[in-house]
Amino acid sequence: MGSESTIVVYFAHLAIENSVINSAMKEAVSDLPNVIFRDLYELYPDFYIDTKAEQANLRKADLVVFQHPIYWYAGPAIFKHFLDTVLLHGFAFGTGGTALHGKDFLLAASTGAPAEEYGPDGIHHYPFADLMLPIEQTARFCGMRWLEPLVIHGGHGLPADVVAEHATRYRRLLENYPSIG
Amino acid sequence: MNEHSLLFNAFVYLLAAVLAVPISKRLGFGSVLGYLLAGVVIGPWGLRLIREAEDILHFAEFGVVLLLFAIGLELNPNRLLAMRKPILGLGGAQVVISTAVLTAIGLLLGLQLSVAVVAAMGLSLSSTAMALQLLTERNLLPTPAGHSGFSVLLFQDIAVIPMLAVIPLLGVSSAVDADSGFDWLALVQAIGVILLIVVGGRFALRPVLRLVATTELREVFTAFTLLLVIATALLMQAVGMSMALGAFLAGVLLAESEYRHALESDIEPFKGLLLGLFFIAVGMSIDFGILLRDPMLIAGLALSLVTVKAIILYVLGRIYGLPSRQLPLFALVLSQGGEFAFVLFGVAQSFSVFPAGITDTLIVTVALSMLTTPLLMVINDRLIAPRLDRTPTPPMDEMEDQGHPVIIAGFGRFGQIVGRLLHANGIDATVLEHDPDHIETLRRFRFKVFYGDACRLDLLRAAGADSASLLVIAIDERESCLRLAELVRENFPHLQVISRAWDLAHVFELLEEGVDVVERETFEAALRLGEDALKQLGFTAWRAKQAAHRFRDHDDETLRELYRHYHDEFDVRIRISADAREHLREIMQSDEEFLTTQADSDWQRASKAPGDSKKTQ
Repeated sequence: MGSESTIVVYFAHLAIENSVINSAMKEAVSDLPNVIFRDLYELYPDFYIDTKAEQANLRKADLVVFQHPIYWYAGPAIFKHFLDTVLLHGFAFGTGGTALHGKDFLLAASTGAPAEEYGPDGIHHYPFADLMLPIEQTARFCGMRWLEPLVIHGGHGLPADVVAEHATRYRRLLENYPSIG
Repeated sequence: MNEHSLLFNAFVYLLAAVLAVPISKRLGFGSVLGYLLAGVVIGPWGLRLIREAEDILHFAEFGVVLLLFAIGLELNPNRLLAMRKPILGLGGAQVVISTAVLTAIGLLLGLQLSVAVVAAMGLSLSSTAMALQLLTERNLLPTPAGHSGFSVLLFQDIAVIPMLAVIPLLGVSSAVDADSGFDWLALVQAIGVILLIVVGGRFALRPVLRLVATTELREVFTAFTLLLVIATALLMQAVGMSMALGAFLAGVLLAESEYRHALESDIEPFKGLLLGLFFIAVGMSIDFGILLRDPMLIAGLALSLVTVKAIILYVLGRIYGLPSRQLPLFALVLSQGGEFAFVLFGVAQSFSVFPAGITDTLIVTVALSMLTTPLLMVINDRLIAPRLDRTPTPPMDEMEDQGHPVIIAGFGRFGQIVGRLLHANGIDATVLEHDPDHIETLRRFRFKVFYGDACRLDLLRAAGADSASLLVIAIDERESCLRLAELVRENFPHLQVISRAWDLAHVFELLEEGVDVVERETFEAALRLGEDALKQLGFTAWRAKQAAHRFRDHDDETLRELYRHYHDEFDVRIRISADAREHLREIMQSDEEFLTTQADSDWQRASKAPGDSKKTQ
């Protein structure tokens, strides 16, 4: 138990009430004592993100998690806006912009399409990891370590035991941090 | 020699009620028994303070008329439809079977058929006033037994009406029918009056009520309510029909109108007092001569009555699937004879259905049976119920199916917007509004709007404040907002309250009353207009929006700071009511500080996007 490390989870979903897998994942980690759980659409429904507060949260964190469904090969729009308004020059990059250096970054994503659709023969054509390159590079650019993403494909209509198993896996991962295998 | 003057009599009744009822309630016997005993004490067999018990009984029957009017008000067609199964099935079975069994017993005791039938009908009815009171006191109405009990009482209340109609036929038939034949004129008159009440009540009453309500004089509204009931009752009486039936009809016709709650709460004290007087009169008219002459007979009759009714109820409750631990409660709470028996027997006597002596015997029997119920309930509470179940009964889910989750107080310019947003999202709200003009308009758009002053406890209760989860205060009067917030905090602490506010002082006062969320009524609109001003001056829409957002945050912070500051003061009230200019000065000062700091933190000017930067890595 790495109870001394702090984890900040950024979460966004446009209709969490309809998402079984993201609800289960949210449920699984939001009560962990060292997790700061930030539901972006709940906190900032009008896209007015509190830059200072979020920068403070990021400073505290050893591990930064982005948990979201994949919309159009990226997270929901507010994640992009989060990058634009929080990862500023002088904070995340540029002169004196070292606040995120040495932190770990974990992408915890869900997709609607099954895994086999991510590849030359699938409707999405590219491997999933390739499509996530912009966010991976964003993390690296800010000096963070890119951890192996936790991805669940075919998120619609998953059997209950698969959902529960995935949520438990997600919780274990954060509970056992920093010893991520 | 003025001991029989009106004032003296009123003095005696009120004193008796005020002394006897609290004592009886304290002893756990409920108010009805208190009234009955008070009547016994002041009546001809007690202190003989009142002699003309018969006249009073006649006058106080108007309490029963008002009771039926109130029951009618409760019975809007939808609610009736939702409960039709327990009402018709369980209630119908109880009345029919009890009447049949009791009639058989009457015949065995050697009564004439018509006498046995009328006696059995009267005895099959339970005491609505007593049973509801006992259930309410124990908070058992929302349980299955309470629910079923209520259904049975409801059926009985309706069954009284045809019973009352049947009695004259049974009695007078032998005397009148023979020589005068069937009175067609009377029948036509009766149908005409009922049609008049139905049509008038349906179409004419609402506009008239609206007109009366526009006077904004509450006593005039009350006067009109009483006038309405009395007029209906007199009209019915004039054509030889039951006054109670007329009042019931008028009540049902008004059950869906927006004035229902106002009518209900206006009539409540009259109904209560007159019913009390009715019970007192019943107590006075108990002929103790009969009881003393043959105590074993009366006691035997009363015990048989209670036993027979309780057994029938127990079996029916079992058939209708009541949980077994609640069966004794259900059977006992409805086992007595009721107030409608007095009415029926009184009517039966006046139409000479009953031979002399029977009425008094039966009335004494019913009164005694009513005395047993509170005692049986105590026995059930202490001895029977604990053996059957040690865990408290879980409340049933949907007893109050008409309670909406949200109550909106005030439906003017402000409340309308809140209400429309909820409405557009499929959330039902009960609306309280005291401007009749608004009500009329909104009714056309199928809003559920009730007329009345939201600051009245009875109205709040009637609107479902006990079961609602959220109250929106949108009243157009700052003092009323505060009064309502206080009232709700004291009486419905479970309710979340959100409120409209005028200015900072009002915000603080509302927060002091424990209101959860407060919005200044002009703030968002003014902020929006300010944003428009920035756009007109050449700001991009995005930048103007960000400026407005940032300003709102700053204002929130200022407000919180000021509130903390005021809250710490010795006398919060005095500080809060300080001149608004004081607030303005402090706020403007804080705005200036804000202006100087925001220049540094404005990321839109200070930052560059990473793609633009050459310096990094």
